[in-house]
Amino acid sequence: MSRKIGDVILDLQNISLRFGGVKALTDISFNIREHEVRAIIGPNGAGKSSMLNVINGVYHPQDGKIFYRGAERKKMEPHMAASTGIARTFQNIALFKGMSVLDNIMTGRTLKMKSNMFLQGLWLGPARNEELAHRRKVEEIIDFLEIQHIRKTPVGRLPYGLQKRVDLGRALAMEPQILLLDEPMAGMNVEEKQDMCRFILDVNDQFGTTIVLIEHDMGVVMDISDRVVVLDYGKKIGDGLPDEVRSNPEVIRAYLGAGH
Amino acid sequence: MPTQVNYAALDGLHTFPRLLFHHAQVRPAAPAMREKNLGIWQTWTWADVAERVRALACGLASLGFKRGDNLAIIGDNRPHLYMMMSAAQCLGGVPVPLYQDAVAAEMLFVLQDAGIRFAIVEDQEQVDKLLEIKDQLPTLEHIVYDDPRGMRHYNQPFLHDVHELMEMGRIHDRNHPDFLNAEVEQGHFDDVSVMLYTSGTTGKPKGVCQTHAAFIAAAQGGAQVDKLGADGDILSYLPMAWVGDHLFSFAQSLVCGFTINCPESADTVMTDLREIGPTYYFAPPRVFESLLTSVQIRMEDAGPIKQKLYHHFMQVAKRCGADILDGKPVSGADRFQYWLGSLMIYGPLRNVLGMSRIKVAYTAGAAIGPELFKFYRSIGINLKQLYGQTETCAYVCLQPDGQVKSDTVGAPAPGVEIKIADNGEVLVKGAMLLKEYYQRPDATAESINADGYFLTGDAGFLDEDGHLKIIDRAKDVGKLSNGAMFAPNYIENKLKFYPFVKEAVCFGHDRDMVTAFINIDIGAVGNWAERRNIAYAGYTDLAGKAQVLELIKTCIEEVNAGLAHDAMVADSQVHRFLVLHKELDPDDDELTRTRKVRRNFIAEKYKVLIDALYAGKPNQYIETEVKFEDGRRGKVSADLTIVDAKTFPVAKKAA
Repeated sequence: MSRKIGDVILDLQNISLRFGGVKALTDISFNIREHEVRAIIGPNGAGKSSMLNVINGVYHPQDGKIFYRGAERKKMEPHMAASTGIARTFQNIALFKGMSVLDNIMTGRTLKMKSNMFLQGLWLGPARNEELAHRRKVEEIIDFLEIQHIRKTPVGRLPYGLQKRVDLGRALAMEPQILLLDEPMAGMNVEEKQDMCRFILDVNDQFGTTIVLIEHDMGVVMDISDRVVVLDYGKKIGDGLPDEVRSNPEVIRAYLGAGH
Repeated sequence: MPTQVNYAALDGLHTFPRLLFHHAQVRPAAPAMREKNLGIWQTWTWADVAERVRALACGLASLGFKRGDNLAIIGDNRPHLYMMMSAAQCLGGVPVPLYQDAVAAEMLFVLQDAGIRFAIVEDQEQVDKLLEIKDQLPTLEHIVYDDPRGMRHYNQPFLHDVHELMEMGRIHDRNHPDFLNAEVEQGHFDDVSVMLYTSGTTGKPKGVCQTHAAFIAAAQGGAQVDKLGADGDILSYLPMAWVGDHLFSFAQSLVCGFTINCPESADTVMTDLREIGPTYYFAPPRVFESLLTSVQIRMEDAGPIKQKLYHHFMQVAKRCGADILDGKPVSGADRFQYWLGSLMIYGPLRNVLGMSRIKVAYTAGAAIGPELFKFYRSIGINLKQLYGQTETCAYVCLQPDGQVKSDTVGAPAPGVEIKIADNGEVLVKGAMLLKEYYQRPDATAESINADGYFLTGDAGFLDEDGHLKIIDRAKDVGKLSNGAMFAPNYIENKLKFYPFVKEAVCFGHDRDMVTAFINIDIGAVGNWAERRNIAYAGYTDLAGKAQVLELIKTCIEEVNAGLAHDAMVADSQVHRFLVLHKELDPDDDELTRTRKVRRNFIAEKYKVLIDALYAGKPNQYIETEVKFEDGRRGKVSADLTIVDAKTFPVAKKAA
C-alpha cells in the first residue's frame, strides 16, 4: 500500500459522557490518524454510537478534551462538524425516501453551495453554473459507487443494501476529511458486504479520507482496519492493531464471556 | 474456398481501416460513437475516432505490435475498445474479442490458443483476471486498460493506461508521419480482420478467422436489404465477442457510417435504450422475451381501465397490426381502430420500450416464439429475423420487408447460396464464409465440403417461397422409440413463450415419451405468487410450491394441445415434467455464454432426475453444487415433485 498514514488528526482525551446518572462513556482516550481506517468495536451498549456522536458534536461530553488538527475544540454543533470536514452515515438509514438517488446525494453538497437562495430558485447565471459543477461531482460519486442504473429511482423503492450505498454517497458528496460510518454493513448479505468493504477501502485509498467505523462483523473489522479501539460498558478495554486486539484477553472476555 | 478477387472494391475501400479514414474525410463532423459518461452522452465524431485510432495504432506499434499479431479485447462495449479493434487492423493485426463475463480460467484457453501478446481490457476487474493467469501465458507482453479506476497501485511495467498509449502513439506519429498510412496501404481485403471464438457448445472453442472482404460483404448485403444509411443509431450492448455485435456495431457502422452508442453500464441498458431511441436494433430473442414479460407484469398491476384498453387494442393489433406493417390490404374500420390504438397504446408502449424510432430490428441466435414475434410486429415495430453463425458473419438469411413469416428465418441474403443436404442439414456458400479455423486445418476441412459449402449443423428446409425454415440443431434432432421425429428445441421454444417459463430442456431421444425440465421465471412467477398471497423464500422454495407446479402444468398442457394439431410433432407432447430447484447458469456450465442450453451436459449432470422421470417416480431428491459469482461454491438441494401432464390424442395421423 502506498497510502501513508499521517499525523494525529483528531485526539480525544479522557472523554466522559453522562446522561443524568447513566455513564455512557467513562474516561476514554484515543486518537485518530490522518488517512487511517479506525474501527470502534464492542458489544451492544458499549457506547460506540455515543462515541461517534461525541466526535461529530451531537453529544457534548461533560469531561475531557478534543483536539482537532492540533487545536482544542470547544463546544460544537453538528452542522459545524460538517463544515469542518466531518461527515457521517447512520445506523438507521436517514435518507429522503421520496427523493431520487441523485437528489439525495445532491443534498450532501448543500454546504458547498455559495450562491444565494433567490438565484438558486430561478436557476440563474452563477447559480446555474454552480449547480452544474455540483452535479458533475455528484455524478462522479454515482460512478464511483456504481449506482448509475438507479440514478433517478426514488430511494424508498431501493433494497436496503443500495440505500446504504446511497447514504455513503451523500456523505461523500461533502468531500469530508473524516468519514464516520455507523455500522455500514449491518443487515447486509455477504456479497453486499464485500461491495461495501471495497467502496470503503477505495474511498480511503483514492480520496485519502480518514475513516472511523463502527462494525459488528469481526471479519470485516479485522480485514479492513488499520487500528481498532474496543469499548465495553463505556470503558476502553483495548486499542491497537487488529492482531493485538484479537489476542487481548480482556477483549476476548468481553465478547465471549468470562469462562474463556 | 470461395474466390474473393471480385471483392477488391473499385474505390479501394475494401478493408475496415480504409473505410474508417474514408468516413473521417467525407463526414468528419458526423457522430461516429457515443458513450454515456457521468450521466451525459459524450460524442466522438468520425474525425475524432480516426485521430484516436491513429494514435492507438501508432502506440501499439511503438510497443512492438506487428503485422499478424493478435490483440485480445476484453470488456463491455466501450468506444476505446472498438477503436482498438480498428487500431489493430490498421497494423495488419487481428483483434480477438473475448466474452467479458467469463472467469479467468475460461479465458485462458482462448488467450493461449491465439498466442496473445497484447491485450486491451476495460478495467481493473479484467486486469486482475489476466494477472491471475499471467503465469500460464508466457506470450503475453502488454496489457492496456481503458478505465484507470482502482489502478493506482498497479505498478507492473507491462500495464499501460489507454491515454498513455495514445500519447506514445502521437509522439511516434510525429516522428514517423508516413508510417501508419503505409501500414494501412499494405492491408489486403483477404487479410484476416477479426477472430471470433465459437462459444464452445461443442467441444473446445475454435477461433473463426474472418477476412475484411467477408465481413464487408456481409455488412453491405445487410445494408442493401434494409436500405441502411449514415444517419442511423444503434445501441451497442451485446458482447463484443459475439458475431452479431461485430457485424452490426463494428462492420456495418464502418460500411454505412452510422453511429454506435455504448451504454453507461450493463444495468442501465434499458434507460439508455430509451434515451438514444436507436433506429436500428439487434437483440437475441430472450431480450425481446424479457421486455414483453416486464410489459405483461406491469400491465397486470395497472388499473382496470388501462388493462381494458390494453387488452382491447392488443386484440386489434393481433388482428391487423402485422398486415398493416407488411402493406397488405386491411379494412377501413380496422385501420381506424389501429390508428386509435397507435395513439393510446402502441405509441406509448413503443416509447417505453425505447423503440419509437426503430426502422428495423433484428433478432437471431435462437428461434423466437411466433407469438412473441407477432407481438412486436403487431405494435408497429419492424422486427425481423435473420439466420447465420460465427462462421458466416451472421449473414445467411434475412427476412425482406413485406415477406416476413414468423416461422421462417427468411430468404437467402444477397450473394448467399443455400443447399439442403440429404440428411436435412443446411449448407451455405458465399463471400461471407470463414477463411479458416485458427490453426485447426482439421476442423476447417471438416466444416467446408469439397464444393465449398459450409456445413451449418442446423437441420432445416426451404418452404414454397424459398424461405429457410430451421427446425433444430441437426445433431439434436432425434427419434422417439416409435420412430417419430423429436426436435427438442422446437418444443422448448413453444414452452419458453410462456412468461412463467424461463428455460426448458426436453428429453426424448430413443425414449417412449417426451419429458421436460423447467426453469421458472422468478420475476413473472414471483409477481404471480405475490398477487395470490403465496409466500416464498427464494427461487428453490418458489419452484417447489404446489400452486406453481399446477401453473406450469397448465402451460405444458396448452403446448401439448398445440402439438397435437401438427402430425409431424404430435408424438412429442410432454408427458412428465419437473421444475428444477436451481436456475440454469453459465457459471455452472449448464448454459453457454450466449445462454444456450448445453443439453448433453445437463442430461449428464441431472441423470438421477431423468431416470426418475422415466421410472415413473412421483418425486426425487437431488443435491447440486453451484458456483457463486465470486467463485465460491455452495450446494442447493431439494426434493423435486414430478408431475404428469395431460396429453392429447393426435388430431390426424400423417398418412
